[in-house]
Amino acid sequence: MSTGSPDSLLPDGETLEELSNSPRATFDVEKIRAEFPVLDQRVNGHPLIYLDNAATTQKPRSVIEAIGSYYSNNNANVHRGVHELSQRATVDFEQSREKVRNLIGASSIEEIIFVRGATEGINLVAQTFGRTRVRAGDEILITTMEHHSNIVPWQMLCEQVGAKLKVVPINDRGEISLDEYESLLGEKTRLVAAAHLSNALGTINPVHEMVRLAHEKDIPVLLDSAQGTSHLEVDVKDIDCDFLVLSGHKMYGPTGIGALYGKKEHLSAMPPYQGGGDMILSVTFEKTTYNELPHKFEAGTPNIAGAIGLGAAIDFLESCGVKALMEHEHEVLVYGEEALRNLPEVRLIGEAKEKSSVLSFVVAGVHPHDLGTILDHQGIAIRTGHHCAQPTMERFQVPATARASIACFNTKQDIDALIRGIKSAIEVFT
Amino acid sequence: MDLRELYQDLILDHSRKPRNFRTLPSARCAEGYNPLCGDRIKVFVNIEGNMVKDVCFQGAGCAICTASASLMTDAIRDKTEEQAHEIFESFHRLVTSEEPPKAEGIDLGKLSVFAGVREYPIRIKCATLAWHTLRAALDKETEAITTESTD
Repeated sequence: MSTGSPDSLLPDGETLEELSNSPRATFDVEKIRAEFPVLDQRVNGHPLIYLDNAATTQKPRSVIEAIGSYYSNNNANVHRGVHELSQRATVDFEQSREKVRNLIGASSIEEIIFVRGATEGINLVAQTFGRTRVRAGDEILITTMEHHSNIVPWQMLCEQVGAKLKVVPINDRGEISLDEYESLLGEKTRLVAAAHLSNALGTINPVHEMVRLAHEKDIPVLLDSAQGTSHLEVDVKDIDCDFLVLSGHKMYGPTGIGALYGKKEHLSAMPPYQGGGDMILSVTFEKTTYNELPHKFEAGTPNIAGAIGLGAAIDFLESCGVKALMEHEHEVLVYGEEALRNLPEVRLIGEAKEKSSVLSFVVAGVHPHDLGTILDHQGIAIRTGHHCAQPTMERFQVPATARASIACFNTKQDIDALIRGIKSAIEVFT
Repeated sequence: MDLRELYQDLILDHSRKPRNFRTLPSARCAEGYNPLCGDRIKVFVNIEGNMVKDVCFQGAGCAICTASASLMTDAIRDKTEEQAHEIFESFHRLVTSEEPPKAEGIDLGKLSVFAGVREYPIRIKCATLAWHTLRAALDKETEAITTESTD
């Protein structure tokens, strides 16, 4: 995993060596854990060990309180009331947009569209950008490791306009080859849509190179960063992607809120996604004038509490320090990979060189679903199944995997418990 | 509850060494799929008169799914189609009902080991997939059966 320069982790004047010999000054996992009320419970008689963060992360107290506070103190509709509560709600809502902008390094809040989640963001691009730019015979390029939400909207578009979906293959480690990728960027390719960080494999795609190669042929790129924003430093200007989607609930925020980033030149040219309130400047029965960006794409009363919760989640991420958090998660990931490799019955699915936060695996003689039940009995929550990535499962010729996915609050002790649980399952079944 | 009440020895035995795990050409056949966990099995039945002369299955599933399919094939061989449907109903009640099963005149025999499944709602579909697939095969339905609409 490329964690960037570790310099900023170091207190002034301290070398990396000194830091590694001293207790971690910048990331106190026990302090972080104390921020998550849900972790303080027993499940089936055992302390909860939550390793299903790729499905949804747990929520820190600050996020829960921000949502409660909005409803307790400021609940009102946004963008139209002259009264005090509406103004407070609008300010908080728009501040969250600014927090999203700042987190991903976008140029302007006009480029940040609030949506229900990453899925809706992708559908929005498919049905607006896609419907106006993709014609019969054109191609959309995705990768083998996509989540269904970055496959199905493109299949629907292809069906609507008669275009074709092309797929970049992946190797046995779960990585795309840039050569193969480049060879699939053709004259008919109208868009690349790729995972930033794979939810099923943990692969971090070489997004800078992918965008550069696509742009050499004037092909825009959408990144599905549903898993990316809580585990990676994301800078859309540096990556130079044309679109990026993120999901609130996968980055310590609430469900039902996410954001679409789009370069202003694209968003300005795109037709609206849905019609309704908030997305208009004026309406007569003869003609409607659409609102300015970003409101043009936000029909209807938005998820105000969700957006405010997302803003609090971004504050939380930034208070942890994204780099420090990446370092910590990577340490737990590598520890987990080594422990799993030491079990002869276990086969890791997804061993990319650039990897983050996901331990996907199968255990010989133990079906993932049975493993999930046995671990649950020990208070350990993992995901089992196809992870909404059936083509990825097919690529590795497994019907399902077990997946332990790491967040900032997980520890090596959590991994130890997981390994003990897997061993106990192996004992039951073999 | 103790996990061993779910994973009883008989279930573990049948999941490791499923009985009647083969195909049957020119038999009634249906395919069942549980999208939640990826379990996929095919059930084949050979009917003579109204008797189940042979029944077998193939596919890949979790221990509960595989053992349920295996024990099912043993349970309904040489039964009439009507009896097979009755056993289906009785088994379904065993794994889904809140109440302990009443004496119903149908002896589920070895199938009673699945009583523990009802404590694990998310696993009920694992136990019933083979049975829904069997019913589809008996009814000569050919479409793939999915657990999403049947339980």
